[in-house]
Amino acid sequence: MSPALAEALAELPALIRAHLLLSGAAVAIGVAVGLPLAIVATRRRAVRTPLLAFAGLVQTIPALALLALFYPALLILGQATGLPIPALGFLPALIALSLYALLPILRNGIAALQGIDAGVIEAADGLGMTRRQRLTMVELPLGASVILAGIRTAAVWTIGAATLATTVGQLSLGDLIFSGLQTENWVRVLAGCGAAAALALVVDALLALVEAGLRRRSRWRVRLGLGALAAALVLAFLPLAGGGGAAPGNGRVVVIGAKNFSEQYILASVIERRLQAAGYRTERRDNLGSTVAYQALANGDIDVYVDYSGTLWGNILQRTDTPAPQAMLDTLTGELHRRDGVLLMGGLGFENAYALAMRRQRAEALGIRSLADLTRAAPQLQLGADLEFLTRPEWRSVQGRYGLAFAGQRSFSPTFMYRAIADGSADVITAFSSDGRIAALDLVTLADPRRALPSYDAVLLVTATRAGEPRFVEALRPLLGAIGVERMRQANLMVDRDTDKRTPAEAGRWLDAGQR
Amino acid sequence: MTALAISGLTKRHGGRAALDDVSLAIDAGQFVALVGPSGSGKTTLLKSINRLVEPDAGVIALEGRDVRQVPLAELRHGIGYVIQSIGLFPHMTVAENIGIVPKLMGKGGEDRSAELLELVALPAEMASRYPRALSGGQAQRVGFARALAARPKLMLMDEPFGALDPVTRDALGQAYRGLHERLGLTTLMVTHDIAEALLLADRIVVLIEGRIRADGTPAQLLAHDDPDVKAMIDVPRRQAERLAAL
Repeated sequence: MSPALAEALAELPALIRAHLLLSGAAVAIGVAVGLPLAIVATRRRAVRTPLLAFAGLVQTIPALALLALFYPALLILGQATGLPIPALGFLPALIALSLYALLPILRNGIAALQGIDAGVIEAADGLGMTRRQRLTMVELPLGASVILAGIRTAAVWTIGAATLATTVGQLSLGDLIFSGLQTENWVRVLAGCGAAAALALVVDALLALVEAGLRRRSRWRVRLGLGALAAALVLAFLPLAGGGGAAPGNGRVVVIGAKNFSEQYILASVIERRLQAAGYRTERRDNLGSTVAYQALANGDIDVYVDYSGTLWGNILQRTDTPAPQAMLDTLTGELHRRDGVLLMGGLGFENAYALAMRRQRAEALGIRSLADLTRAAPQLQLGADLEFLTRPEWRSVQGRYGLAFAGQRSFSPTFMYRAIADGSADVITAFSSDGRIAALDLVTLADPRRALPSYDAVLLVTATRAGEPRFVEALRPLLGAIGVERMRQANLMVDRDTDKRTPAEAGRWLDAGQR
Repeated sequence: MTALAISGLTKRHGGRAALDDVSLAIDAGQFVALVGPSGSGKTTLLKSINRLVEPDAGVIALEGRDVRQVPLAELRHGIGYVIQSIGLFPHMTVAENIGIVPKLMGKGGEDRSAELLELVALPAEMASRYPRALSGGQAQRVGFARALAARPKLMLMDEPFGALDPVTRDALGQAYRGLHERLGLTTLMVTHDIAEALLLADRIVVLIEGRIRADGTPAQLLAHDDPDVKAMIDVPRRQAERLAAL
């Protein structure tokens, strides 16, 4: 078995468990809220129309956006109320997915109750059933299979959409898919997709069994279906309730954050190894968006992660000037501590800057060495950017100082951006200076004589509550200044290359071994 | 003895009066047919008695008690109700359908389905079947058994034979008339079929545009001189004459 497959399979049980718990809870809430609403809506038209419109509207919001929206919403709610509301992880994912599950449950619930033969309803009333008796003895039993069909739809949707919960820091099968996409590790992507699809199929089949049981009044079918579902949820829940059992007395589990690219996964695994060696229990939150990661740290949802000075400078401090690297670090250290109590421990020893890059052959043919040279050639060239760059202050700064106007510009996820320059569909890309693919693809990075791009030193950030914990800080201190750009590039390439691929954990081990 | 006394009953739908100051007294043991063209208010009158419809004005007294003073469930448990669409509960067996009102009243203990099936001339083994396995006539017989299960004194029937084929219709009509006698019921039946009313009922009340236009025995109705009533009564008579002439 390949190490990538072995690693993916080793992660699978925990991910399936988390995935099942999340989607199970979301569907349960969808039913608990949706069914009573459907009953009320069936009786009152004034409720029905706006309710269905609302549920339909939620459904039109892409699931990814819905999940992303609950992070800032909960953050603001937590700040406004002063309550310790966790804005990252389970809660935002649960709320978004529950809302998603609502529509099919609501729509089928209303259709089920409205679809009951008027003669049966008249008989129920005429024989003297109260409203509640009519509901429980006639309407719900008769509507059960249509209602259940709605729950089935909701369950399948939710299990699919739960893979996106990874982006708000909730463990799910999406972890395999997202990290696999970033590192072009298709084994992980397939394992994640396959497991999510299998889960959806099994749950759907069990619910179909319950539905058939209700329709045919077959008790064993209903019991078998519900029993299997309940058993799966209990199994998913138990190991969490029981706790890991490892290293008691070490307090709260340390949560290590990572953004969504190879270097971040590798560095997170290095941090994880160091902290585990110091006796901490650890957890990972991978694939966080750039601003989500910092907010999560400031809010205490994650304890530690690696960010880049220029990113913090532009996104968090909203600055557009470009001071010298050390001055920028000093200001950041002071400001982040003042704003959020965050400890900026220092640089890791390399920079991962945005750098515009071209294929060497093409750059030499056009005589381009710097961004200043690019100004005249740009109108004939295609720019390929990562998903963030074109909306970031750095892009405005580059445009302003060099007057760059490209023939066209497109955004890609990083993996596909490098593919685009390799196959010629982009002439210039917004590469990352520590990326192993720069050497692998024989790219040149263009000089920036007017200092439009700030420096992007990789820095270690620690949340306020851990900043005063000497054992924690000391465990990580050896990493400061210890990782050179060449070694980082090599580690990145180990993960990103097409042949002899390594997992981020393996690359992390290799990188860390070089420090000791 | 007056079983049912209705006075000044009025119900408006929009601007139109479905019932316009209707008063009617029915003696215990009577079989009254309520006839009239579509929209004449006969179903509204029937449903006002078990309060499926709330009238705008008027009083209905059942054995001397104002129906509005009786708790709704108790009122309806005490009245047999049979409708054209039958309305058997499809997810319940015949026995469960028949036993539903006693169960609602908290008297679900004894299973009287065999006795009630016998009463409506159905074989006892039907008890375990589901409604979808019954013919239309069988289903309505179960409908009668269900209505009779709690031993009501008053039966309200809205076109009870309306969905049945002519042969079944006649047979079931005769069978019910027999039950009416045997159980000493008071029956109020809405029908648009004049012949059925003339052949089954002791008394016929003709409603036209929300008012009582005629009220009497079948024989009195046949001799009525109101032109609208005459026109209605003449239909089955002319049909009978044409049949006889064939």
